[in-house]
Amino acid sequence: MKYLSEYRDPELAKKYLEEIKNTVSRPWSIMEVCGGQTHSLVKNGIIEMLPKEITMIHGPGCPVCVTPLKLIDKAIHLALEKGVILCSFGDMLRVPGSEKSLLEAKAEGADVRVLYSPLEAVKIAEDHPDKEVVFFAVGFETTAPANALSVIHAKRKGLTNYSILASHVLVPPAIQAVIDDEESRIDGFLAAGHVCTIMGNSEYHPLSATYKVPIVVTGFEPLDVLQGILMVIRQLEQSKSEVENQYSRIVREEGNLEAQKVIQEVFEIQNQTWRGIGEIPQSGYGVRKEYEAFDATKKYNVQITEAPEHPECISGLIMKGIKKPFECSQFGKKCKPTNPLGAPMVSSEGACAAYYHFSGLIEAS
Amino acid sequence: MQLQCPMPKLDFDVITLGHGSGGMLTNKLLDSGVFELFSNPILDQRHDGALLDLQGKTAFSTDSFLVSPIFFPGGNIGELAVNGTVNDLAMCGAQPKYLSLSFILEEGLKMDEFWEILVSIKFAAEKAGVQIVTGDTKVVEKGKGDKIFINTTGIGQLHPEAAIHSKNIKVGDKIILSGRMASHGMAIMSVREGLEFESEIKSDTTNLNRTIFNLLESFGQKIHLLTDPTRGGVATVLKETALAINLGIDIFQSTLPIESQVADACELLGLDPLYVANEGLFIAFVDESVSDAFLTQLKEDENGLYAGVIGTVTESHPGQVVLESGIGGKRIVSMLPGEQLPRIC
Repeated sequence: MKYLSEYRDPELAKKYLEEIKNTVSRPWSIMEVCGGQTHSLVKNGIIEMLPKEITMIHGPGCPVCVTPLKLIDKAIHLALEKGVILCSFGDMLRVPGSEKSLLEAKAEGADVRVLYSPLEAVKIAEDHPDKEVVFFAVGFETTAPANALSVIHAKRKGLTNYSILASHVLVPPAIQAVIDDEESRIDGFLAAGHVCTIMGNSEYHPLSATYKVPIVVTGFEPLDVLQGILMVIRQLEQSKSEVENQYSRIVREEGNLEAQKVIQEVFEIQNQTWRGIGEIPQSGYGVRKEYEAFDATKKYNVQITEAPEHPECISGLIMKGIKKPFECSQFGKKCKPTNPLGAPMVSSEGACAAYYHFSGLIEAS
Repeated sequence: MQLQCPMPKLDFDVITLGHGSGGMLTNKLLDSGVFELFSNPILDQRHDGALLDLQGKTAFSTDSFLVSPIFFPGGNIGELAVNGTVNDLAMCGAQPKYLSLSFILEEGLKMDEFWEILVSIKFAAEKAGVQIVTGDTKVVEKGKGDKIFINTTGIGQLHPEAAIHSKNIKVGDKIILSGRMASHGMAIMSVREGLEFESEIKSDTTNLNRTIFNLLESFGQKIHLLTDPTRGGVATVLKETALAINLGIDIFQSTLPIESQVADACELLGLDPLYVANEGLFIAFVDESVSDAFLTQLKEDENGLYAGVIGTVTESHPGQVVLESGIGGKRIVSMLPGEQLPRIC
């Protein structure tokens, strides 16, 4: 794919690593907010190539990991008990709910379908007028425009059998919550490039100024991540705290205004519960009243009792960067990708799953 | 293909329960051309079972095939069912000779679709040089199957020089992949409901037995292991092997052969091609002393045009597969907990 191989050049990677080594003079902790970046760090073996002064902390930017348990239970209930066609992005299927996952619900006979685009779900609703279709609309600001667009399309087509079960989370309030945590020890952030592609950079300036932390909007290819880390380190070493844009080939300062318009049309900002972390004020999107006919939460009166997380899972502490996965008593023991106790062990973007694979290397060497 | 074997005139368009009853309809279906299509002296005896004359060491393998959709770019479930079992026998170092062929059909399967599958089976079997000598057909009620399931069981004669077993693998062995990976899995993905995308990706399904036979003729016992990376892909097979031999395996991202549009499709869906299924590839662990000659010969074969050395066997990290990424970092390659699912973003 053009514009990919250029960002995987081994010679340039070596130069960046050399430059990072030459720049760093003392220990720094950097959080990559986005799960896509965690995935890139692990997939490319970057963590062990970095000088040991640099600790990468894997942030809460894994949509699979932070979707509330109660909502997963609700999706499972809709699929199993209400007979809806439940459409979802692929990696939500294996996330454990309080009793089972969507994959297990599918095995029990629920009609659960993996889609790549929510617009496909609208098509399914059109093709099955006799069935109710619910799209499990999770994700950060990145997936919000397409999810919103599906609602707009459904309304335009006059569909009454389509709705979304929304669990949309926002990055800037999460960064703030992480910094505000007393135990937090993060010196700088790699912000999520794709989120900023939609939303632009403006929300990050006040954060950077108030908390005196460098924030570098960063892409996902190995050279992007390495350059992002270098930019954060340079700021830290010079006691600077600015918002910089490493991903300038994609991200514009103002973001994608058309996409923002679509989001605002359908969604409004609300308080949001993050799995493992708790409620963060003004940190999510809910469906606006004007579109409540397409809001599965309003459409179906489903009472789900709040189920407790697995008592031994410390995913909240991990997603805030306070503890490393291997500091969890059950890491790699009771909790493995084949039997996850919490969501970060499920997705390849989750910090625990990422560490699980990485730790194999430590054992082996 | 249809032109070469036109569908016989039938008084039914779809498969019904009666076609699996063993009664008149079953006979009608088989007599309508199925027996003729696969005709050979053993099958033509129409015995309850096939009478075979086997000599020497024999390999025996079975596999069941289910795929949705049953027709996909580059093939259909029929040739998959022949090639799958033929290749399993070839991986043992055997030349496939006889196949059994069993169908579980779902009521309502269109007869012209079934015929197209039968014709594909015929051609795949002919290409592999294998005879279909016995078979069975059952029909299940609508909703209790997925159009068609096929089981094939194969018998093959072992090549006298074949000594293929993971215990023969040694430190220093070269690991050779016979072609570009992930094509089959991505071809299926490109036509799966909800995930469709426009592409020209075709399944790589093919039989490998002649290719393997020629390699065994040239390199015999220097070939330590042959294995086909079907479900679970290249990564899973390598990890299984590393565990079996209790040695380490090093592979290199930059040498993994993959077609660019397959790589792009994997990027788009967030899938790792190392775990995507292949149906026309094999991995060979060969003695270092012959690895260059092995690769040269393989690259001259139609099934090995894109073959390459992807790794080596090492003493370090026993039981582990370590991949060196394109930028020189290292990571562990492990088995997936289940099916690989497309990521959110």
